[in-house]
Amino acid sequence: MAKYGEIALKGNNKRIFEEQLVTNVKRRISSLGEFRYERHQSTLYITPVLGNNFENSQNHPTPASAGTNIACGGLPVDEIERRLLTVFGIGAVQRSLPASKDYGEIVRLGIPYLKERLMPAKCFKVDAKRADKTFPMNSMELMREFGAKVLEAYPHLEVDVHNPDVTVRIEIRDKNAFVCADRLKGAGGIPVGTSGKALVLLSGGIDSPVAAYMMAKRGMSLDMLHFQSPPYTSERALMKVESLCERLSEYCGEIKLFNVNLTEAQEEIRDVCPEEYMTVILRRLMVKIAGKVCENSGKRGYSALITGESVGQVASQTPAAIICTDDAANLPIYRPLIGMDKIEITAIARRINTFDVSTLPYEDCCTVFTPRRPKLKPSLAEVKKLEERLNPDFIENYSENMEIKRFG
Amino acid sequence: MLYFDNAASAKPCEEAIAALSKVLTSNYANPSALHKGGIEAEKIITDSRENLLSRLSGFGKKGSLIFTSGATESNSLALLNSVKSRKGNRIVTTATEHPSVSRAVDKLAQEGFEVVRLSPKDGGGRFEEYIIENVDDNTVMVSVTSVCGETGFLTDVDFLYREIKRRFPDCLFHTDGAQGFLKTNINGDLISLSAHKIGGVAGVGGLFINEGVRVTPQMFGGEQQKGVRPGTEPTALIAAFSAATDSYCGEINLHFKELNERLRRGLENLPNIKINSRDGVYNILNFSCGVKSEIMLHFLAEKNIYVSSGSACARGKKSQILPAFGIGGQDIDSALRVSFGRQNTFDEVAVFLETLEEGIKRFRR
Repeated sequence: MAKYGEIALKGNNKRIFEEQLVTNVKRRISSLGEFRYERHQSTLYITPVLGNNFENSQNHPTPASAGTNIACGGLPVDEIERRLLTVFGIGAVQRSLPASKDYGEIVRLGIPYLKERLMPAKCFKVDAKRADKTFPMNSMELMREFGAKVLEAYPHLEVDVHNPDVTVRIEIRDKNAFVCADRLKGAGGIPVGTSGKALVLLSGGIDSPVAAYMMAKRGMSLDMLHFQSPPYTSERALMKVESLCERLSEYCGEIKLFNVNLTEAQEEIRDVCPEEYMTVILRRLMVKIAGKVCENSGKRGYSALITGESVGQVASQTPAAIICTDDAANLPIYRPLIGMDKIEITAIARRINTFDVSTLPYEDCCTVFTPRRPKLKPSLAEVKKLEERLNPDFIENYSENMEIKRFG
Repeated sequence: MLYFDNAASAKPCEEAIAALSKVLTSNYANPSALHKGGIEAEKIITDSRENLLSRLSGFGKKGSLIFTSGATESNSLALLNSVKSRKGNRIVTTATEHPSVSRAVDKLAQEGFEVVRLSPKDGGGRFEEYIIENVDDNTVMVSVTSVCGETGFLTDVDFLYREIKRRFPDCLFHTDGAQGFLKTNINGDLISLSAHKIGGVAGVGGLFINEGVRVTPQMFGGEQQKGVRPGTEPTALIAAFSAATDSYCGEINLHFKELNERLRRGLENLPNIKINSRDGVYNILNFSCGVKSEIMLHFLAEKNIYVSSGSACARGKKSQILPAFGIGGQDIDSALRVSFGRQNTFDEVAVFLETLEEGIKRFRR
């Protein structure tokens, strides 16, 4: 059961979100087996197709009969669960056993089903939820009665309602009853693809992948723009970015990586612009190229740029520098990390598994030609005047220096 | 591809590859097995061991050679597991050691040993004399690399070993012979060897242990190699190691000398190149080119020329070894190491020099 997060709060357009969610879930797990998808009561029911009838759980090949709830009909359930936890729009993932709405059957199937979770536990509690009020027992009765059955079957257990090792959930829903011992917090947010498309400026550092993750969580489909400057940057720096795209695609879905070679332009900036302005001018150049990529993206285009900037982190991220960067953009720039500190950002990077890649020690294009004393409060007028020295062709012809790769 | 990074890993020689292939095809039995296949494999290992032992200086003294996974393992085995049961608390080593020696010694320092690390730039006279001056009655171990991997600097460990043993018979002498084996005379109570620096295959090395020196195992298992280094011996890698040694003749070192001279002459014709190598082996030449090492390295790599940067790592981590030779600041940031293998030719050196010049013109500011 994939229980909706924020989608549950949606009104008339809820269906759009639900359909996108199903599409995204299918994309993530269809390679792992055949499933049936049903939506009701703010839940997406994902049922393995094992030649048995979901409605008639008498015939359901209860995992319990195989003595385990890990392998369900040979399906890699742990992997399915792990993947569902990366799908935005899902508030919680509950691995559950369906049963008909008959207390006798709930006990008969449910007690052995719980064996694998309850055997290693010391204490448990039972939570019950009766959405279908026609069910003859109320929630309190269900908890009490089912708890007693659990104790009978697993006498080593004690009841602890405050700190249970395992919380057994009994849900009496419209169509079926469910027994569950595994409830995991989902990725939250809203399904990728429901908020349009944006282009991420992906450097390879810690911040930009986190920024990408956060905007994907708000339903945006993402593509990535990376700048490299060989031989100032190494091939390994590019491999690092590709590996970040690979990992991000777990959350973000399909990703296109535009990789632009910036060497020529960076050398020109170094040669014709004062050193202290190099950073901000380079930054503007990147944003202008990003704008061009967006312009050329056709009908279903990008509605924003995304960066991992956070105020005050480095010289290009002071408020004055951000004024200069924004001025170069033809689209809004989303900066989801703007008010976060490095520790908060790092924590997310670790959770989404990008941290160890991001911290591999290869130079990226931002760190070559770093000025000794970058201008912290660049004036926009001054920067624009300096930029006139640069050959505008590079921006126009960026695509001659670009490669595209696809991930996810 | 112009491969000038042979001190990191040399191109395996044909003889090594042939030996490897032969053993993998015909002698794959476990050398400890009781059947004929096992006996044949064991014989290959015994012959290889004898062959390698005969290449060490002072051969004729009794000692044994243990095969390991490489010089890193040999260095750890030699340093960590031999000093603890002996008298004395001082360890004398150099500031030019490979991390597998210097980090192992760090560990001993944490455990309470007094560690002295000597630099070739200090002491005034001959480095060997300076090392001997620092050894005293309380010294339990002297560990000196025969050849510094970054600069090629040569320390006469044969002389050092004999002198130290004469004055302090109880002091153990270890040398990391990974870069020096076959290129110079090496000697010691404990000698670490590596196959892939001389044209063998990575994954095997050795530790010579002199008679009377006790090394306790770091790993536990079967009784292979007297239990000092349990685990099934990699017969094929060992045979390749031995074959590479066999095919390594004096002419190779002469070839290195000529390549080295050619390269030096070429570098002298380029503006502001500073040669960092001195008094060393011929197969390694370290110099500073005035352009940040990584940039030049990537530039050369784009042209399929592979060298190594003197420093170990791109970000901030500067070479810990070059300062020991009195090399500092920007010269460290722009250091490159060219290391020759048997396959390199004069033409390749010429192409390298041309490309380097092109890079200098483009990047030096």
